[in-house]
Amino acid sequence: MTAASPTTARPAPALKRRRSTRSAGETAIKILLATAAVVSVVTTTGIVIALLRDTIKFFGEVGIGEYLFGTEWAPLAGGGQQSFGVVPLVYDTLYLTAVGLLLAVPLGLGSAIYLSEYASARARRLLKPAVEVLAGIPTIVFGFFALTFVGPELLKGVLKVDVGTFSALSAGLVLGILVLPTIATVADDALSAVPVSLREGAFGLGASRMQVSLRVVFPAALSGIVAALVLGASRAIGETVIILVAGGAVANLTGDPREPMQSMAAFIAQTAQADISTQGTEYLTIFAVGTTLFVITLLLNLISIRFVRKYRQVYE
Amino acid sequence: MSVAEARITRLAVERSTRGEQIRELAFRAALLFSLGFGFLALAVLLIDVLLDGASLISYDFLTKFPSQIFPERSGISSALQGTLYLMVLTAVFIVPVGLATAVYLEEYADRDRWWNRLIEVNIQNLAAVPSIVYGILGLTFIVRGALDLGAVLLAGSLTLGLLVLPVVIVVAREAIRAVPSSIREGSLALGATHWQTIWKQTLPGALPGIATGVILALSRAIGETAPLILVGAIAFVPFNPDPNPAEGQYSAIPITILSSVSNPDSDVQALASGAIIVLMAILLVMNGGAVYLRNRYEQKW
Repeated sequence: MTAASPTTARPAPALKRRRSTRSAGETAIKILLATAAVVSVVTTTGIVIALLRDTIKFFGEVGIGEYLFGTEWAPLAGGGQQSFGVVPLVYDTLYLTAVGLLLAVPLGLGSAIYLSEYASARARRLLKPAVEVLAGIPTIVFGFFALTFVGPELLKGVLKVDVGTFSALSAGLVLGILVLPTIATVADDALSAVPVSLREGAFGLGASRMQVSLRVVFPAALSGIVAALVLGASRAIGETVIILVAGGAVANLTGDPREPMQSMAAFIAQTAQADISTQGTEYLTIFAVGTTLFVITLLLNLISIRFVRKYRQVYE
Repeated sequence: MSVAEARITRLAVERSTRGEQIRELAFRAALLFSLGFGFLALAVLLIDVLLDGASLISYDFLTKFPSQIFPERSGISSALQGTLYLMVLTAVFIVPVGLATAVYLEEYADRDRWWNRLIEVNIQNLAAVPSIVYGILGLTFIVRGALDLGAVLLAGSLTLGLLVLPVVIVVAREAIRAVPSSIREGSLALGATHWQTIWKQTLPGALPGIATGVILALSRAIGETAPLILVGAIAFVPFNPDPNPAEGQYSAIPITILSSVSNPDSDVQALASGAIIVLMAILLVMNGGAVYLRNRYEQKW
């Protein structure tokens, strides 16, 4: 386009000017868009600063060793009975997550195998969005379900389990229902990404559908399945409202699922609801526990991203 | 091989196939059970909520204010309007920011640059940050600190917006990526600039997908409870939200549910199921809208 006649060495000035105003506008737009993209980086930075600033203040008042290894969690207790050992809170969080995963892992993976290996294309088109509907239900609704149905009606009424109003069992089971669709959809994506040729090869050798699913497709999608499980665990660990409503308000160092338990996120919400001074150590616990929770979920997410990347590399 | 031997072999084969068939059937049943369990839980949940709360739903319930003294005459007007207002403001925030980020990452960002990779990994990580942590962020920098807005509706919207921004970005990027490059190349070949191509070709083509993503993000935002606890939404607000979002107290349906469900008074607890029905109805309309948009306007290239 700029190729003018051989006699003029330079391109026409008018053409050149027009191009540069155009590209100035283009550059401005690019900068504007990039600024929007930076919002997400600012968010992360904001989260880290918000958490760390007051966590450092917290450790000015409570020893790191006492916090990390103390086995008594009673930051809101009065009369000099306060205690800041986070172990029971972390233990309860992991316990509740384990109860949830015990339900969600087999059922989630079973659903994923059915969707990917057994369902017809038409059934799959209907079933998968239906599973996603379950994932779209607000957690407060699940909390209500755990408190008013799973605890008193199902566990106590039908199954005759001796649970109180608040129990790790009812909160944990509903936590499992919450993460079931996450595990099912992510694992289904991983299974569906396995090339058809692998299945055909196995069928050609006389394998049954179950053998193909379990011995060929499942191992081939393993890293994606691990990612699904880690993602499910991470969602369960960070969940607030179900445990706030149905888990109880004490961090218990117990192995009995019928006892009440409190997770880290539920503790933060409960403390924020409580009428406490924003000056005291009690208030700073919000940030120390928030940091602990953030670090745990971040690690899990990094692991899951790594696994996803690995399974993508294999077949693309 | 003798005839007897052949028969034995054939029997063994038959038996193993029969065993296999039974195992195959049992496996299939187990898979169906797993899939059915989720739906069963959903059905029981819906029936439980409807049985408890359907009788509450009335015009008064939607238009009256909460009352701690007469819970049976309570309504959720302030919470309902608070939730709708939160949703509108969140949309105003996430649509431009989310879309711009998605366009930047898909159409401009050079993936060999470390800062672009940083933005991508960062968004992936943000999507997995627990919602309560966003509450802490909102409390520290939006309610207090840098923005210092106080516990007002605008602060709640911004916090929810930051929370669901990754959802919008991820879905919008997929929609943009689905527009075939031949469309872009055609436009560029006709002399359009990069931005003209994006504005007049790529974005219109990606619009149904983007709209679906925004609706999904908003339906997640209005169902969130945990961050609103931290940024100061209140359960019993006896007035509708101020038209100025930077003024006055506000409520939201999830917060109303949370406070009523934990109340020992059974009349108050019943309010929770009524409020859940209203919230689920809003979500149903939104998700139905998203499905409709996707089916009606989705482009097949």
